[in-house]
Amino acid sequence: MSGGAIKGLIVPGLPHPLLAADKNEGWMRIRKAFEAAREEVLACKPDLLMIYSTMWPSVIGHQIQADPEPEWTHVDELFHELGSIPYKFRMDAEFAEAYCVAARKRSLHARTVAYHGFPIDTGSVVALKLLNPDNAVPACIVSSNIYSDRAETVVLGKAAADAMRQQNKRAVAIAVTSLSNRLFTDFIEPSEDRIHSLKDEEWNRKVLEFLGDGRLEDVAQLSREIHKQIRVKKVVNFKPFWWLAAVMGQHNDYQGKVYDYAPIHGAGAAVVSLTPSASGVGDKEFDEEDVEIYGGERSVLEQGASQGAASGPATVSMDSAGVVRASAAPKPVGAYPHARKVGDLLFVSGIGPRNPADDSIPGGPVRNGDGAAQDYDIEAQTRAVIDNLKTVLGAAGSSLDRVLDVTVFLIDMDRDFHGFNRVYGEHFKDVGATRTTLAIRALPTPIAVEFKVIAAAGD
Amino acid sequence: MSKDGSIVAGILAPHPPHLAYAENPPQNEPKAECGWETLRWAYERMRGDLEQRDFDVLVVLSPHWQTYIGNHFLGVPHFKSLSVDPVFPNLFRFHYDMKVDVELAEAIHDEAKAAGLITRMMRNPDFRVDYGTIVSCHMTRPEWDIPIVSISSCRSRSYYSVEVMQEQALELGRATRVAIEKSGRRALLLASNSLSHRHFTEEPEVPEDMTHEHIYHHGQYLWDMRMIDLMRTGRTQEMIDLMPEFIEQSSSEADSGSLTWMMGAMGFPAYPGEIYGYGTIIGTGNAVVGWYPERAAS
Repeated sequence: MSGGAIKGLIVPGLPHPLLAADKNEGWMRIRKAFEAAREEVLACKPDLLMIYSTMWPSVIGHQIQADPEPEWTHVDELFHELGSIPYKFRMDAEFAEAYCVAARKRSLHARTVAYHGFPIDTGSVVALKLLNPDNAVPACIVSSNIYSDRAETVVLGKAAADAMRQQNKRAVAIAVTSLSNRLFTDFIEPSEDRIHSLKDEEWNRKVLEFLGDGRLEDVAQLSREIHKQIRVKKVVNFKPFWWLAAVMGQHNDYQGKVYDYAPIHGAGAAVVSLTPSASGVGDKEFDEEDVEIYGGERSVLEQGASQGAASGPATVSMDSAGVVRASAAPKPVGAYPHARKVGDLLFVSGIGPRNPADDSIPGGPVRNGDGAAQDYDIEAQTRAVIDNLKTVLGAAGSSLDRVLDVTVFLIDMDRDFHGFNRVYGEHFKDVGATRTTLAIRALPTPIAVEFKVIAAAGD
Repeated sequence: MSKDGSIVAGILAPHPPHLAYAENPPQNEPKAECGWETLRWAYERMRGDLEQRDFDVLVVLSPHWQTYIGNHFLGVPHFKSLSVDPVFPNLFRFHYDMKVDVELAEAIHDEAKAAGLITRMMRNPDFRVDYGTIVSCHMTRPEWDIPIVSISSCRSRSYYSVEVMQEQALELGRATRVAIEKSGRRALLLASNSLSHRHFTEEPEVPEDMTHEHIYHHGQYLWDMRMIDLMRTGRTQEMIDLMPEFIEQSSSEADSGSLTWMMGAMGFPAYPGEIYGYGTIIGTGNAVVGWYPERAAS
């Protein structure tokens, strides 16, 4: 068989099963589950253990461990009283470089790290100590970027698959993660351990039911909901299943085996294996968008970058059906063109303030990545909407002075109407367009204002 | 019972590893050409002011020792090891050798515990000291000739509101002050945090290339200036009252509780803080600021 993921594993990263299994019956069961999974892994004679650890956060893109023999004595910064973990691992440095190259080809910011003393995270250390105690199989570890969301994480997973193919490596892909991640916020006796809440318990069971049925992609599709329900928001979203599903091929055709499940200091810990199988439950339709190349923010180092247009020369296309697409306008967030010409009229799709160069929002977004409300400048957003509108109208051969009718959507009428109206007046007072202004609950991106326009088409 | 210990000064002492990197100390493996001078010179001026003062211990609260269960305290008398920054390993691989004032650490631990906070002493000698503690202490006292007390940042903010976490940090500050007074120590407090903290997700090819260094966005700058203005005009109670909003609006690293802890320990100084300097590091806002209790009387 050519290179690729031959098996997937989900394992917990907290140190208790490694360091204190004898103190709690559940921790011991998880340790034994690790040992059983190890047998399953070794039986398929993989070339590589590819680990994505949620306990290795990165900020500058994605980091990939490339020290061939990292050696240290690790102590967990929280559960330090459980003891020290001396380790010496065997890493596949060549694969790490290949993974880094593959990630960059998909427009991710990635780098390898190979420094003596680099702090390998507790989750990776626990997984390698319990799954690969004799270093029988070389490993690779990739970080979990704290800002990355679904698109970036899916692309990171696909890059791992690219590297496996390119290097002809038969790999076991391992996601180090808890299910529910709510820890007790006080110290407890080992005998008192339990899943933090009944709700967490129920969701964990549901996730394990899916995984037991081999429905990996379904869990990946549900990741946002799972995060909302049972995850403390230490990071953006519940990412490991996006990565794992992307490495494994984004489907539900697996034989799933749930080795065991137990609480660790309140969080949900499970050891699960997924083996590709022709008799899986199959796929129907998935809601989340798929993505091949990462196209997110990457120009933040350039001062004033947000003032520029999209990189490369602007292009405009209008087909025989009058469908208009303009490269200098913000990319649509769904399956629709920027505008459509029908007879003498031009119908412009709802358009907001996003900067076409980098999708940033002039005046700031209305909420951050965690969903928390942000202060923003409605006047700056309104000006940006009108600039984008001019771009689309110009691309279609029309112009602002030919606008006939405007529908305006504001997410906060009380706060924003006055500022919006002032900027609108600066540009439209002599146009004579009819206008309707509506308050709505939200817009698809974190913007406060959007225009829907009908204009007279150009000649 | 009081033994006349005191807080000699409180310093807002940001810890991005770039500062230690650009200083080129012998302990750090990577070497820099230059970089972030406004902040490094700010530290230098601050050190000059400290030369006129005697102190026995540095007490630092670091956001990069993150504990989800309460605040932990280094409880081993001596640490010697290598610290590699997990985010910027290209900049910070620092060979540290430090002494810990375990007696004072235990005293603060006990006071905090008695006040109802969750606390734990860290007794594992293999433990690696976090880079936030190291950078703040190094930039304040590069001689490393004074013992430290290092306190972890309780990250239960993931579980509780910002307001609850701020209250806990204030209580920890009060416990710190009481313990210092009882100990007879002359202590220098270090709040090891940046102000606004949204940072770039890539770095220039030459990390110290200052043509790329600027604040992440104008809103962060406005917030930083608002907070600094409160510091320089002695309105620290107002600053702490604003802290939850500041944290939300600027992704501030003050969510670690370190600045709030220090203000709580110092009883909300109503005299001007000395603004030694402000600068950005990979998009984050950082200030070196000193509060000197003797100025309360002047």
